[in-house]
Amino acid sequence: MTSTDNKPLYAKREPVFPRKVKGKFRSLKWGIMILTLGIYYLAPWIRWDRGAELPDQAVLVDLASRRFFFFWIEIWPHEFYFIAGLLIMAGLGLFLFTSAMGRVWCGYTCPQTVWTDLFIATERWIEGDRNARVRLWNAKWDIRKLRLRTTKFAVWLVIGLATGGAWVFYFTDAPTLLVNLINGTAHTVAYSTMAMLTVSTVFFGGIAREQICIYACPWPRIQAAMMDEDTITIGYRSWRGEPRKHSDAITKESPQGDCIDCMACVNVCPVGIDIRDGQQMECITCGLCIDACDDIMAKIGKPRGLIDYLSLDDEDAERKGLPTKRVWQHILRPRTLIYSSLWSIVGMGLMVALFIQSDIDMTVAAVRNPTYVVLSDGTIRNVYEIRLRNKHGETRPFELSVTSDAALQIDVQGQASGDDIVNVPADSTHLVRVFVSAAAQIPASTDDRTPMRFWVVDTINDDRAHDDTYFNGTGGT
Amino acid sequence: MNKLDKKDDVETTGHVWDGIEELDNPMPRWWVWVFYLTIIWAVGYSIAYPAWPLINGATAGLLGYSTRGEVAEDIARLDASNAEVLARLATADLTVIRDDAELHTFAVNAGGSIFAANCSQCHGRGAAGVQAGGYPNLLDDDWLWGGDIEQIAYTVTHGIRNEQSLDSHYSLMPAFGADEILTNDEIDAIVQHVLSISGQDHDAVLAGVGSTLFLDNCASCHGEAGTGMQEIGAPNLSDAIWLYGGDTDTILTTIQNARFGVMPAWSEEFRGASGLSLAEINAIATYVHQLGSAQ
Repeated sequence: MTSTDNKPLYAKREPVFPRKVKGKFRSLKWGIMILTLGIYYLAPWIRWDRGAELPDQAVLVDLASRRFFFFWIEIWPHEFYFIAGLLIMAGLGLFLFTSAMGRVWCGYTCPQTVWTDLFIATERWIEGDRNARVRLWNAKWDIRKLRLRTTKFAVWLVIGLATGGAWVFYFTDAPTLLVNLINGTAHTVAYSTMAMLTVSTVFFGGIAREQICIYACPWPRIQAAMMDEDTITIGYRSWRGEPRKHSDAITKESPQGDCIDCMACVNVCPVGIDIRDGQQMECITCGLCIDACDDIMAKIGKPRGLIDYLSLDDEDAERKGLPTKRVWQHILRPRTLIYSSLWSIVGMGLMVALFIQSDIDMTVAAVRNPTYVVLSDGTIRNVYEIRLRNKHGETRPFELSVTSDAALQIDVQGQASGDDIVNVPADSTHLVRVFVSAAAQIPASTDDRTPMRFWVVDTINDDRAHDDTYFNGTGGT
Repeated sequence: MNKLDKKDDVETTGHVWDGIEELDNPMPRWWVWVFYLTIIWAVGYSIAYPAWPLINGATAGLLGYSTRGEVAEDIARLDASNAEVLARLATADLTVIRDDAELHTFAVNAGGSIFAANCSQCHGRGAAGVQAGGYPNLLDDDWLWGGDIEQIAYTVTHGIRNEQSLDSHYSLMPAFGADEILTNDEIDAIVQHVLSISGQDHDAVLAGVGSTLFLDNCASCHGEAGTGMQEIGAPNLSDAIWLYGGDTDTILTTIQNARFGVMPAWSEEFRGASGLSLAEINAIATYVHQLGSAQ
């Protein structure tokens, strides 16, 4: 329970020395760490053939030419709504998972958690387990302490460097950049980004650790609004454990509970809390205390699950001896169903957008200074600046045409009359000046405005796109 | 008057609001140190950078920095990076610029900027001229002095009816009325003939009289059919485009008093520093040429 006494506004950090633990949640966390870090470190090295004129890196954020490549998907700046949609999905997904399973994101997949876990594992490997680390912390500075600390920071820096390195590889051709980085010819931005990320990774994962979650991250503060009595989170069965060993509350009427106050759950906790105090803002629900307690329960011959994934409702029901809900009853609630449907709607919207996304596109900007031009034979002409986009890996011939109720004539600047085919270079936007004219005899030349539609057709695969605009006549003057 | 707060053992400021007293705690140490650091920084800054105002300007600072100097550097860098393409543009054959995509894009963009700065005052930002105001529309297909790219470049270089360039386009239409070459009745008849050849409503009888007068007085420049002559800048009178207006009154005024449209010679050869270089003229010619119906 949160204490209500007057805490000072500034709390000095109590160093946390998590003890090594084994169990199913620890194994799950190792698995997820290998998976997520593996994706992060290896993704830039996957190749994907897009033809001779486009980069062959599967995941590439090409800032210079403003392109984002993700396997078979290519996003141009005007399609940034895909990113916005993904962010909305990420937000809704976080809401969904939090209302169903609490801070499961924080406990298993958040980069801060994964890297902290990696840094703690490294620390344990070099400096030893909890007790050895506490001793080293309290020890006076000597050669041994200096050697261990130096080794630890050196390994941390290497991890940080690899992390920063992996980051920069997403922004340019990875193999080329690696060679350039090694022989010293890479861009300064690459080096400075790596330096910055190296330092911040070591700081966040090695030094700040749980303080980022407690003080810097806004998410724990928002959790409370997402969680309720049905949310499956990590709890302590106090009805079973209390009164714990050494407690003054042990009497004849209330004998000692299952908790032997061994502190195993506290010692393994990466954020340094006591889960037996109940739900706490600091808890990232990593499940390590469950592993630690289950291990002890097995040793003293008690059933597992003194600390376990359970909902506040269940804890209450168990205490009263009432039947508890099944897992699916906790998860399938109006709240989670609403989040899931919103999430699916956005997701399906993006999928549809992705499928109807064309490799050919155009935008038409009518030149309205002047609104129309009179030619010597009385023909009225409008000028349009058309940007044609070719997302293919090779130059494509695009044919321009115009449809309208009026007999409008289209001409491409610099090309012979009747030649309306424009060669658009690979993966680029091409600007063409297009003239549309109405002969003096037809109404469109004297009408105020005539609706019209530009068409562009990829003559190779018949892909097409259109844009609506108006043809301006003299308006009777 | 300050007194100690009993509970916290800290002096109060003596301010009391609704019984609430304000403690006079010292500033946090880190804050004070940052404050001193900013003072030290300011001293160093004012030595290194322009800082102290003087009567004419300010102290220059040891680093010699100025924002104006920075702009000058930027411009110099830009000039240096454009030098190569400008040199290519200056020596390029105008008729083949189009085939060189990079050069053409540069010329159109540079030409557009130069046009906006130097030409738009008369020809308009969109190059549509001033309708019936004597400033030609550069978007249409009617060219007084020729509309192929080399003719456009020549017109920009030498201008029209100016005294700066001896090679400027020059021609003179007589003021048929003001100089009493023709009578008012004769001029009225010619006006009707001009209306007829340009397909407008007219008095057929007068136009018949006017056609003979036209052949005698006007056809030597404007041609027998009134289709004009680009070599001497004589406009085509049979089309739908009128530099000064094609209604009865305007045509009458034009024949009475004649017109004398001028354009400066833009080459730096004739204007010195305010003139345009060969590369710039080529850029403008390319820009104007791609606007509309240049030949």
